[in-house]
Amino acid sequence: MVQVNLWAGLRRFTDGHDVIEVEARNIGDILKGVSKAYPALKEIIDGGVSVSVDGRIISSGVTEPVNQDSEVFLLQQLKGG
Amino acid sequence: MALDDQNKSNFKFVGTRPKRPDGIDKVTGRAKFGADSYAAGMLHGAIVRSPHAHARIKSIDTSEAEALKGVKAVVTRADFSKDIKFTSGKDSEDWNVLENVMADDRVLYDGHALAAIAATSALIARDAVKLVKVEYEILPHVTDVDEAMAVGAPVIRKGAPDKSVPPGLHENVVSYYESGHGDVEVGFQEADLIIENSFKTEATHQGYIEPHACLASLGSDGKGELWCTTQGHFKFQKVCAALLGLETSQLRVTASEIGGGFGGKTTVFIEPVALALSRKTNRPVKIVMSRTEVFRATGPTASTSMDIKIGMKKDGTITAGQGTFRLQGGAFPGAPGGMTAMCAFAPYALKNVHQIGYSVMSNRPKQAAYRAPGSPMAAFAVESVIDALCKKLDLDPIEVRLKNASRKGTKASYGPTFEEIGLVECLEAAKSHSHYKAPLKAGQGRGISCGFWFNFGGETAVSLALSEDGTVQISVGTPDIGGSRASIALMAAEELGIPYDHIRCTVADTATLGYNEVSHGSRVTYATGLATIKAARDAIRKLCKRAAEKWGIPEEAVKWEDGHAIPSGPNAGDFEPLSLKSITEKMGKTGGPIVGHFEATPEGAGVSFATHIVDAEVDPETGKTQILRYTVIQDAGKAIHPSYVEGQFQGGAAQGIGWALNEEYIYGSDGRLQNAGFLDYRIPLASDLPMIDTVIVEVPNPGHPYGVRGVGETSICPPLAAIANAVSQAAGVRLTELPMSPPRILAALKAE
Repeated sequence: MVQVNLWAGLRRFTDGHDVIEVEARNIGDILKGVSKAYPALKEIIDGGVSVSVDGRIISSGVTEPVNQDSEVFLLQQLKGG
Repeated sequence: MALDDQNKSNFKFVGTRPKRPDGIDKVTGRAKFGADSYAAGMLHGAIVRSPHAHARIKSIDTSEAEALKGVKAVVTRADFSKDIKFTSGKDSEDWNVLENVMADDRVLYDGHALAAIAATSALIARDAVKLVKVEYEILPHVTDVDEAMAVGAPVIRKGAPDKSVPPGLHENVVSYYESGHGDVEVGFQEADLIIENSFKTEATHQGYIEPHACLASLGSDGKGELWCTTQGHFKFQKVCAALLGLETSQLRVTASEIGGGFGGKTTVFIEPVALALSRKTNRPVKIVMSRTEVFRATGPTASTSMDIKIGMKKDGTITAGQGTFRLQGGAFPGAPGGMTAMCAFAPYALKNVHQIGYSVMSNRPKQAAYRAPGSPMAAFAVESVIDALCKKLDLDPIEVRLKNASRKGTKASYGPTFEEIGLVECLEAAKSHSHYKAPLKAGQGRGISCGFWFNFGGETAVSLALSEDGTVQISVGTPDIGGSRASIALMAAEELGIPYDHIRCTVADTATLGYNEVSHGSRVTYATGLATIKAARDAIRKLCKRAAEKWGIPEEAVKWEDGHAIPSGPNAGDFEPLSLKSITEKMGKTGGPIVGHFEATPEGAGVSFATHIVDAEVDPETGKTQILRYTVIQDAGKAIHPSYVEGQFQGGAAQGIGWALNEEYIYGSDGRLQNAGFLDYRIPLASDLPMIDTVIVEVPNPGHPYGVRGVGETSICPPLAAIANAVSQAAGVRLTELPMSPPRILAALKAE
């Protein structure tokens, strides 16, 4: 199981939890797992998020791998100028 | 994608400063910018714009305009796709773009487009605009971010907020972000001094010299061509196709040379309109925005209102940081409230931190990125409070920042643990720089600030074709907004082992390559550079295979070194090295053309930091500020072409000086923009700027084969704060609102 850290603004959709455990081998699994565990988050995730894995920020690639002990954070979708 | 493990450190070409390949074209006028495209039978387009901040369109009468000799067509919202529907939240991006390009039943800001005309000359088109009769019902408007969030403010669009917004907030708040760790209340209790203050910044325009311009040709068969100035022609292709109801691949888009973008040319404005006019007239249509239109209707930055509270111990340890960031993004969702909050405290390793970001709509043009969206404003607020704490506690501002600096292994304020980063190296370089030790005179002040930006990867495709004469053509899909063609050619030269001058890098059209993300997020030298290195390695594999076949040995027994295929070791056999040219000149007979490719989404952009030092002098009689000395220190990871890295550093500082001291959108009580021109919107002149010194710090990014980090955006993160700190010291009063224009400084002095 991979522990996924959420930003605090999402806690109201997860009964106050800021860490969710999901079965995942890659980013796509994480996003699906979080949406499945808390369907209220699906709209926000589908709207676009970034994910950091062990400090590296993944902007869009759902095939990027994660390890079971990876540090994972959901982040706001990044855009630049 | 997997990260490359072939990191390189001994460079032959990378790090040198050859002339830019587009230099001669640009100084001789041969370069073709957005307005330089022409076509036989071309018409000229002009756009009818709202004079009101908020109004219902009761009727549009175009009969008189259409009767004008030379007018060929008028388009309104009815001429765009009917399939794009409004939905709440983030699903309605195409609808928002369309609504901004051409209003439906309401105009939402001064300058909002509501109709367009094609005529045989630009003059006739502009005359016809004046003949369009629009009946409006004026509606209440709001342009200030705090007022837009307040009870009773007019709602810009019902149903616009996304799901992140908690109940109870005004409907103009369309997105909400909150994050942090630790317990800030505990942290504040541990502090010896707490300072809390509020800050505001006005919207500023990117101020690119080249206005938006395009030439469009679209037939009734749904096939089209578009030439335009853009930071991302693949995105323009996709969005224009959606707005016109076309198949994406039937619209070919070619990017012109670009006269500046800075984030403001990442979105469409006039291009779908020119296509719609072309489809209706069956003639090519050109539209060139006036400077007034650029100010009124294209993206300035968000304006902000921010509250900051920071606690510090007497030894300089920051015990807690808390920030609330309210960003006004115009009449559409998208203001970077979340990213502003994420960047705010990122330079510091804080046990207790909490940040909230609001994205707010108002009756202004849709905001666009300006280099690093949101980060400069956040730094202005946070670094001003840190400066005030240092002053009160009599602490050295660089020592305090070093004491609290984020480094590898720090838990970032926005959550994750940092990989290799270069903030400490930037601060150490600042501390030892002669600028920091130089004496100041009475009435002068010195400001320090750190800045942070994420950087970005994104979809990238590169093709690298070898010619028979041993030269190389690289096709990239990222418009060159900062000298990237030179950097890309240098990286290819490094891999292939051939001279820089033997390589031509071209920004290819949308029919030539796979999708390329916009040139934004400081991504081009990182992502397109990475793709070029990989494409060159792909070509080298093919070159080595040809050599292996010639020598009759296995492919694995051949390696590439200094521009030649050679046997990989004594057991591979004794063969004369084969140069690139000796292989390519026979490639037609030995297997055909040799082309290297790379298509992927690089995901290792690597964040970056900067530290700026500024000296300023304030005239207490007039309130005028003169910037006396400026030094930019920034981590580039690896500077591919140091001159262009330095140029990005200097450009960020120069734009930051304008943003800090003079630039602002000024709205009247009627919601109309009062200063839509360079006479009244004052960007810095050469005489306003000092020489801007630069120091390139190189802490390699582990996500790039050469260690590259993006440099284009981080350079604008520290200036607002560094200048505010210098001006506040020089004036003897804390400035909390931008721009720090002479009237505002005089008012602050008087209030003291």
